Amino acid sequence: MENKIYSINGPVITIKGETDLMMMEMVYVGNDRLLGEVIGIERNETIIQVYETTTGLKINEPVIGSKSPLSCVLGPGLMSNTYDGIQRPLKAIADRYGAFIDAGSDILPLDINKVWDVEVSVKVDDRLEGGQIYAQCQETALIKHKLMLAPDLCGIVIDVKPSGLYKINDVIIKLKDDNGKIHDIDLTQKWPIRHARPIKDRKTLNMPLATGQRVIDTLFAIAKGGAAAVPGGFGAGKTMTQHQIAKWCDADIIVYVGCGERGNEMTQALEEFSELIDPKSQRPLLERTILIANTSNMPVAAREASIYTGVTMAEYYRDMGYHVALMADSTSRWAEALREISGRLEEMPAEEGFPAYLPSRLSQFYERAGYVDTLNDQQGSVTIIGAVSPQGGDFSEPVTQNTKRFVRCFWALDKSLAYARHFPAINWTSSYSEYIDDLARWYNENVARDFTSLRAEMVKILHEESALNEIVKLIGADILPDDQKLTMEIARCVRVGFLQQNAFHPDDTYVPYEKQYKMMKIIDYLYKEAKTLINKKIPTRLIAETGIFDRIIKIKYDVSNDHLELLDEYFHEIDQALAKVE
Amino acid sequence: MGLQLLGLSEVSGSLIAIDNAQDIANEEVVEILVDGKNKRFGRVVKIEGEKAMIQVFEGTSGLSKNNTKTRFLGHPMEIALSKEILGRTFNGAGRPIDGLGEVYAHHKANINGKPLNPIARKYPRNYINTGISAIDGLNTLIRGQKLPIFSGSGLPHDKLAVQIVSQAQIAEDEGKNFGIVFGAMGVKNDVAAYFRRSFEETGVMEKVCMFINLSNDPIIERTLAPRCALTAAEYLAYELDMHILVILTDMTSYCEALREFSSSNGEIPGRKGYPGYLYSDLASLYERAGIVEGKNGSITQIPILTMPNDDITHPVPDLTGYITEGQIVLDRSLYQNGIYPPIGCLMSLSRLMKDGIGEGYTRSDHSDIANQLFASYAKVMEARSLASVIGEDELSDLDKSYIAFGLTFEKIFVGQGFKAQRSMQETLNLGWALLSTLPLSALDRLDPELIKANYSPSTAQRIIDLAISEGK
Repeated sequence: MENKIYSINGPVITIKGETDLMMMEMVYVGNDRLLGEVIGIERNETIIQVYETTTGLKINEPVIGSKSPLSCVLGPGLMSNTYDGIQRPLKAIADRYGAFIDAGSDILPLDINKVWDVEVSVKVDDRLEGGQIYAQCQETALIKHKLMLAPDLCGIVIDVKPSGLYKINDVIIKLKDDNGKIHDIDLTQKWPIRHARPIKDRKTLNMPLATGQRVIDTLFAIAKGGAAAVPGGFGAGKTMTQHQIAKWCDADIIVYVGCGERGNEMTQALEEFSELIDPKSQRPLLERTILIANTSNMPVAAREASIYTGVTMAEYYRDMGYHVALMADSTSRWAEALREISGRLEEMPAEEGFPAYLPSRLSQFYERAGYVDTLNDQQGSVTIIGAVSPQGGDFSEPVTQNTKRFVRCFWALDKSLAYARHFPAINWTSSYSEYIDDLARWYNENVARDFTSLRAEMVKILHEESALNEIVKLIGADILPDDQKLTMEIARCVRVGFLQQNAFHPDDTYVPYEKQYKMMKIIDYLYKEAKTLINKKIPTRLIAETGIFDRIIKIKYDVSNDHLELLDEYFHEIDQALAKVE
Repeated sequence: MGLQLLGLSEVSGSLIAIDNAQDIANEEVVEILVDGKNKRFGRVVKIEGEKAMIQVFEGTSGLSKNNTKTRFLGHPMEIALSKEILGRTFNGAGRPIDGLGEVYAHHKANINGKPLNPIARKYPRNYINTGISAIDGLNTLIRGQKLPIFSGSGLPHDKLAVQIVSQAQIAEDEGKNFGIVFGAMGVKNDVAAYFRRSFEETGVMEKVCMFINLSNDPIIERTLAPRCALTAAEYLAYELDMHILVILTDMTSYCEALREFSSSNGEIPGRKGYPGYLYSDLASLYERAGIVEGKNGSITQIPILTMPNDDITHPVPDLTGYITEGQIVLDRSLYQNGIYPPIGCLMSLSRLMKDGIGEGYTRSDHSDIANQLFASYAKVMEARSLASVIGEDELSDLDKSYIAFGLTFEKIFVGQGFKAQRSMQETLNLGWALLSTLPLSALDRLDPELIKANYSPSTAQRIIDLAISEGK
């Protein structure tokens, strides 16, 4: 039976009458075979969302079902590649069609002519369970790609090719399942993007994702397998924060989803990741990165799909036993895509025109983060960091509020900090991380026993400062008693010397835990020692005149990451400076 | 020749419905003959079976159920392009209104354009020397950037745009390859006239291509005007290798036209009644700025928008800020203090600046100066708000020197005047002179080496005085 287009309204088309299409089935629309998805089946009508521009589409053109839901092709060759929201390879499209993207370009996501050196690890008569590894190949210098059986398949190997050079569509295993059906297994598998890939077990989160950003690692840490939101108005530095984490965090693999954002930013990310060298392996960061670029001017329905495409790829590599960090910039654009399509379907809107299912969609996405035992008994994780772009910088809007319910880490970017060029502009009073307690043990064992208590002390100082600031605004700083003046000075050391971090400074752009800890320790030491002087009625002004506060603030620039032993000298320097005053 | 249909079945707002339409394509352009003489154009926005909804560009007044003949033209909205469009003036729908006749089409292009593949973009790095310190020094404009001017009614945004055009064109001086595409949406007659006169005075008129939709012209044409302008710009930049500066004014009127159309269409409104797709729609315009790998031309966009009630959180400036690469914000209180250009430096931002300045582009100390100026100026604001509570006399010496610094910064560095054109060197040297009026301890963002080489309170006054005299 042939399905024909009956109506066209922007990216939404309908088919009249009975069809054999399934809900969420991927379909090819029109003579140009535009990619679409069935999003509604009514008594007399099937509704389809088209992922590409529908300009020039006519009624009565055919709609062909693919018999499977919208899926991603997974296999070697994903790494270092750049895709749009529906996994079309942008580089290959640019090479073949030029700088502008046409609708319906039918290039396959993976290079079918590339030869991989595959090392097969099973033999005839082995029984394979879903998710089990049957072979591996070196995908990039950084990543060993493990070929796993699709999770929904199992059976006995009846034929296997020897290790050697294969293309992705070469069959290397024949597998007989329990019903006696024979499956050809090549180097790829398909997975529907809207479904989480199965796992054996979820683990508790107890290891931080080290980002080298002090305000994150120390104050508002995120666990591997956790989820964080970065909300902020424009110019507050969301993208910059995401780029910094993508560059420096200790995940094995980065999936960077540019969802409805600027084209030039994707170009910049691509450029930077190819130029930056991973300190551990001396290879370009791009070799561990997948970019999904569905910029704001690309079709809106594909934007909606882009974050699922990204998270599916992240899960696929997690299943191989890797730690994957997924950056989604920005989830608000994705939510707006939902709203736009919902509007076309004339659904009843909830808050600010967003559909009522916005929270459930958001939770489905963030819940795909996790630290897991995979089906093949390895451990891997997906950490999700989603940027949120609230309208007018107002955090009470629906996307920010609903996101807050599903993430445990909230880095609120503050416009007034950004205006004062305090970067990263993460506001220390409104941000939080619920992972701190879970991670306490890791800090004790791997950094220092007093790490968490020092952190608590710093939070306290900052809190006191913001209370004092209220008074200062009214009467000026001169009126404060000396112990409070000291708190203000120390808080300045924390803010400027510790929280502020210069992404463009070669040493300050990434700071290891050890340096973060020592810096805290030094500030804390200065605070305690100075306090004893204050108790002896020595005014804060005299301590400030020694210049010791400014020395501490400059530690981040003065001590390079290779010479952390220099940090120990600061304790002595503080003693000397304070002795002078006394 | 397409099929011609008699009459129509519904009229609602700017939309008409036609029955029995067969074999028509989405977004196809139609020609409507009213009463056998008056020709209008429209495009298909929705098809349902054999019923087509058509958006009429010139409005629907005078249409009845049976006085029209509609012909489907079989292609999406296109404009004719050739080298001769420079120096010409068109209406919002891309038809000539300067009385010089049709353009001989060398090439026709769909005004909606196609999304640029992010892989094919080249990251913009070369700055445009606008000769305005507050832009060059602190919010550098990069070729291929989209940098809007956020303004308010009564502020001199038009004057600033003209100053940028005339000074940039002098500095660019590859001369021949510089062009301007001017898109005016819903502007007042005298604003359009002001731009035309200014272009003539600065001698760039033969390099300008204008698309004008006045405030009393049809709103549908208003939604087409920026698309026509950008299509022309893409042609000039990527086919003729020109460096194009696109000025779009006023984006707020454009968005209001979109809202008007959306609500007459019965669509579910988002914030403040603007359609839910406003972000995607604006992005489809702004993202057409850039540089394409392998082509010599570039498109730099300066959209101008007036913030209703000076509210930067209003949907139009808000969504614009999320798409564009920074913003130049005009500040009413500066303007009332007689400062021109009244650029509010703290709220302004150029996102591409960091990669287009410094060694090899402008000067190695550029980003340090800019950072320190920003940080110090932020301190000025703190000092001022404190002064407003406890009085200026009670301030500490440091805060007093910030207040003094703030005044010179605004009067001299920002308020350079309409005629003054400063080179990058002059701007940066002036920056050092200003910083030298502050005590040494206040320069917390600068390297000691840099300070040693450039901090010089003794010569500061001379440089500042020089800048004042040039301003006059």
